[in-house]
Amino acid sequence: MNEMNFVKPLIHLNQVTFAYSESTVLEKVDLKIHEKDFIGVIGPNGGGKTTLLKLILGLIQPSSGKIYFREDLPRHKRPIGYLPQVKHLDRKFPITVLDVVRSGSMMRPYPFLNKSEEKEAAMQLLNNTGIGHIYNKAIGELSGGQMQRAFLCRALISDPKVLILDEPDTFVDTHFEGELYERLKTLNEQMAIVLVSHDVGTISMYVKTIACVNKTLHYHPSNQITMDDLSVYNCPLQIITHGEIPHTVLKKHHSHD
Amino acid sequence: MTDFIELFSYGFFQKALLATIFASISCGIIGTYIVTRRIVFVSGGITHASFGGIGLAFLIGVEPLIGATVFALLSALGIQFFTEKGGVREDSSIAIWWSLGMALGVMFVFLTPGYTPNLMSYLFGSILTVSRYELWAMIVLIAILLSVFRVWYREILYIAFDEEFARASGLRVSVFNYLLMMLIALTVVLNIRVVGIILILSLLTIPQATANLFTRDFRKIIILAILFGFIGSISGLMISYFLNIPSGATIIFTLIIMFGLLRLIKLLK
Repeated sequence: MNEMNFVKPLIHLNQVTFAYSESTVLEKVDLKIHEKDFIGVIGPNGGGKTTLLKLILGLIQPSSGKIYFREDLPRHKRPIGYLPQVKHLDRKFPITVLDVVRSGSMMRPYPFLNKSEEKEAAMQLLNNTGIGHIYNKAIGELSGGQMQRAFLCRALISDPKVLILDEPDTFVDTHFEGELYERLKTLNEQMAIVLVSHDVGTISMYVKTIACVNKTLHYHPSNQITMDDLSVYNCPLQIITHGEIPHTVLKKHHSHD
Repeated sequence: MTDFIELFSYGFFQKALLATIFASISCGIIGTYIVTRRIVFVSGGITHASFGGIGLAFLIGVEPLIGATVFALLSALGIQFFTEKGGVREDSSIAIWWSLGMALGVMFVFLTPGYTPNLMSYLFGSILTVSRYELWAMIVLIAILLSVFRVWYREILYIAFDEEFARASGLRVSVFNYLLMMLIALTVVLNIRVVGIILILSLLTIPQATANLFTRDFRKIIILAILFGFIGSISGLMISYFLNIPSGATIIFTLIIMFGLLRLIKLLK
């Protein structure tokens, strides 16, 4: 047994089912998110990945089952940083980069003492992410990579215990993609990360474990996943190839030890 | 020139002048919210639904603006309710309120015995006949708008920008949505006399579009929209007076011409 199992999970989904009037989107999902976890969530479109995130964020309530948060976490706010899919957002909205980042502080369990402390924290994050110089630009004037950086700052200003990213690799240049994953690796020392992606190849290089969601959830306690696994889990995925990566992805591994 | 100065000594013109100032302020604030949140169509629905209230007021013999207020508030709540509950497509739901309100209005006016002399002034505006108590109502509305946007500016901005994120942050998004919907309804109703039901959307959108040419900051759009709204409507009012043409329509023309000119200047620069 791994000693992690003795530590209580930050978030625990227990037999969680979510259904609309007719169709069941997620069925009896079990998932534990521990400190320092880095979980890659993969699965086909419409398989329930986004629904899973919405449940964890409290945007929707389970039809049955329960979601537990560790007792020591603040009860009034979920300690979660969230980077949504940016394609849903209105790029013409008149809001500055700084204000976007500051909006993330609403998520903080313990708010900043005053505006200048909040602004300072936001500026520091922007500077660390390399976009401090464009803090006063409208969000629509940014490139895809800069926008993702801004949204990452918004997710981080709340000092989260769990960082949730929904397909952060879409609409982003490859340069920023690599940078993002390196950044996540560092952040993972302080917080658990749940990363949804359709790009199994890339994420398997960074994540520690993989959760495959297709109505049900199959947890794979390793970052190696084989074609056999995918078919066993009924996960009809598109494997996107990136040079040498497929070898890593398809590397045979010795079942659950 | 003496004509011009004399104009400002007339009581009716002073009231009209105040009405344009007040309309520019309330429409500048609420219009910025409407435009950035892309709910112009929603506002159109509320506006036209209020016509049902005006018709009913004619029929039972009460003050038309009271009927309009009741109908506008009910349709605002109705649209927000159906939007949140889902089930009906949002734009279809709006169209239903829109046409139901107009149809009720037409029917009530038809049933009202005799001639309804003021009907046109509600449809197309009649700024020169704005009453003292209507001006007071506009002042109260502006006071409410300023306090709400002063106290909850950041919440309103964040919800408008990314409702889902705001919800995940634990903000009471639904409460704010209902509140803002009701403020839209009140703003629409209290400005109907300035340009009328048919044309009110212009006061809520054209100054904002003009402001948006120069800034992409929510707060600055509000300030500039108030300014452009005022310049456009006061010049429209003057022109309509001297040429003896309908004021509501003239104000729309001046607002659009100002937008066009500034846009052109911006393009040529």
